Amino acid sequence: MTKMTMVQAINLALRQEMANDDRVVLLGEDIGRDGGVFRVTEGLIDTFGTERVLDTPLAESAIAGMAVGMAIYGLRPVCEIQFSGFAYHCFHQLENHAARLRWRSQGRLSVPMVLRAPYGGGVRALEHHSESREAYWAHTPGLKMVIPSGPRSARALMVAAIRDPDPVIFYEAKGLYRAFREEVPDEEETIPIGRSRIVREGRDLTMIAYGAMIRPALEAAEELRATDGVEAEVIDLLTISPLDDTLMLQSVTRTGRAVVIHEAPRSFGPGAEITTRLMEGAFYYLEAPIARVTGYDLIIPYFSREKWFIPNVRRIVDAARRTLVS
Amino acid sequence: MPRSDIAVTDSLEYLSILDEHGNLDRELEPQLSAEQLLDLYRAMVRGRRFDERLLDLQRQGRIGTFPPIKGQEASQMGAVFTLRPSDWFVPAFRETAAEIWRGRSLESIILYFNGFNEGGLSPEGRKDLPIAIPVGSQVLHAVGLAWAARYRRTDEIAMVFFGDGATSQGDFHEGLNFAAVYQVPAVFVCQNNQWAISVPVSRQTQTPTLAQKAHAYGMPGIQVDGNDVLAVYVAAAEAAERARNGGGPTLIECVTYRLMMHTTADDPKRYRSDEEVDQWRQRDPLPRFAAYLQQKGTATEQQLAEMETRVLEEIQTAVESAEKRMEELGDPLDMFDHLYAELPPHLEAQKSALAGEIAALGKEVDND
Ligand SMILES: Cc1ncc(C[n+]2csc(CCOP(=O)(O)OP(=O)(O)O)c2C)c(N)n1
Ligand SMILES: [Mg+2]
Repeated sequence: MTKMTMVQAINLALRQEMANDDRVVLLGEDIGRDGGVFRVTEGLIDTFGTERVLDTPLAESAIAGMAVGMAIYGLRPVCEIQFSGFAYHCFHQLENHAARLRWRSQGRLSVPMVLRAPYGGGVRALEHHSESREAYWAHTPGLKMVIPSGPRSARALMVAAIRDPDPVIFYEAKGLYRAFREEVPDEEETIPIGRSRIVREGRDLTMIAYGAMIRPALEAAEELRATDGVEAEVIDLLTISPLDDTLMLQSVTRTGRAVVIHEAPRSFGPGAEITTRLMEGAFYYLEAPIARVTGYDLIIPYFSREKWFIPNVRRIVDAARRTLVS
Repeated sequence: MPRSDIAVTDSLEYLSILDEHGNLDRELEPQLSAEQLLDLYRAMVRGRRFDERLLDLQRQGRIGTFPPIKGQEASQMGAVFTLRPSDWFVPAFRETAAEIWRGRSLESIILYFNGFNEGGLSPEGRKDLPIAIPVGSQVLHAVGLAWAARYRRTDEIAMVFFGDGATSQGDFHEGLNFAAVYQVPAVFVCQNNQWAISVPVSRQTQTPTLAQKAHAYGMPGIQVDGNDVLAVYVAAAEAAERARNGGGPTLIECVTYRLMMHTTADDPKRYRSDEEVDQWRQRDPLPRFAAYLQQKGTATEQQLAEMETRVLEEIQTAVESAEKRMEELGDPLDMFDHLYAELPPHLEAQKSALAGEIAALGKEVDND
């Protein structure tokens, strides 16, 4: 076990997978000599050389499209898109090719690529550097969408994503990169993609969140215990798509109350799907309307106002109390 | 018979008028009035000193991340100086000196880099687009603006700025192709500052110049010493004139250098040597232009120094007024403004929920 940041944990996953499997290659802007603008790929070019760590010219569609070809021919490309706000260039290649080549070729071709990108706000960044648009990817059949919530889950999920036979979009909450350290096992660890987990047990209320929202959710749960004597269960989705609804349904069947939390805008966001699954699978157990705590249906404002956009502990506690009174 | 040569354009000009040692090519020297020359110099000095002040503010935590322009004053000012106010100016994000020349206030730039949506603007009615952070994306907008300018039967042109890194994007290639196919009145100005964050231009492209890419699309290209404001001006004036007279688009590659970090979040020591930076410091566009003005008798050293003092005062005033303004701004409800022409009902609801939340918070504060 070593205590490390999420940056170091993802670096560890990449390093170990590259050492284990020479099909794994990295490509992206500034990921070589510079080690990536967030230093996630720090030192990898020194160990694995320029043949496996490609500092590409500046073109995201080319990164994604080239990765599709590499993956078709048996490699395991891991793309870094410097900020998720520039991953829209990749959308065409993922939507039109990566996501559907297996299906179109009746299973003969596959695209086992990973596309990593930092997402989300809270770091006083410039425009286009703070969005949460995971719903775009989650909406595309054939793609998997993964979002870890800290160093240990990031490492374990990254290993799983690289080994996954299908294309995986891997969003890294940039606010978590260096926010805290966690024990990460030195030996291999994976978390299966498509599986959520309970990060706090409770009997009165279920909170469902992922990524950077897990920490405020846990804090809100502590506050509710201290001030209201309420025990909230917190579920960390880890994978947005394919969405695992087994744990959340079991939980809500017990608690009868749910609060869904994400930083992405509310309308047509992941919360809409989560809420519908709960309605379909646990309607008769619900004691109160399901609450959503999300970003507004706005472009995340420049950083002087972003704290008003991003869900916080107070909003989660308020929403929980609303579901508890009814 | 089966194999023969096809005649394609492959000759390309390089233009330099005033070199780093102060040598001047009098035949190529543009005929600019003393007033024009001093305007140019002032704008370059303003760009330089404001950049330095922004860096101080950033280091003191008084603004957020920003991209310094130091070293690139000539390549942007020489080009933008050829525009009329009625022409369209389409910046990337490292054209602060040019933006100020076009009329953007120093205050607005400080506001923008300190996270205020109010800051991203030129004065009302200007034909300037806001900066474009997604690299290369703005190239296409200039093509559309230029097309529209002709459709509206004006003699306006559009000038777009972008970096060497941007030339790898599809948007750049698509933009040049469309511009040439439609022969729109556009001028493409590439500030080749040798680096796209940590990637040198030699790894951005296999061609020895960026200017030659013009030929693939059927338009003229030219490479100029981007640290020589006279050369940039001459190349841009020719291109602007051609565009205005129906001669179609031009690609200008300004060979310059980013003397500072990519943005204040970057550490250039990781990827380039101090020697390289020092070499380029010798080619700084400012001292050579200042020496030219003095030799020409346009201004004395004393007058240039006075000009500099006035620029510094102007910057100081701007910083003070921006900081005052920022104290007044920041109502969170403002973030609901201007998303649509009319706020849809679901956003009305979200806005009033936030207003309620803020009111409740206010009460909590009162009760404390
Ligand atoms: C589409 C897109 N990809 C990546 C980035 C991150 N980024 C910002 S500037 C930059 C390098 C740009 O290089 P260049 O075009 O040479 O302009 P310069 O920064 O040198 O002025 C990168 C990769 C971005 N802003 N937009
Ligand atoms: Mg550059």
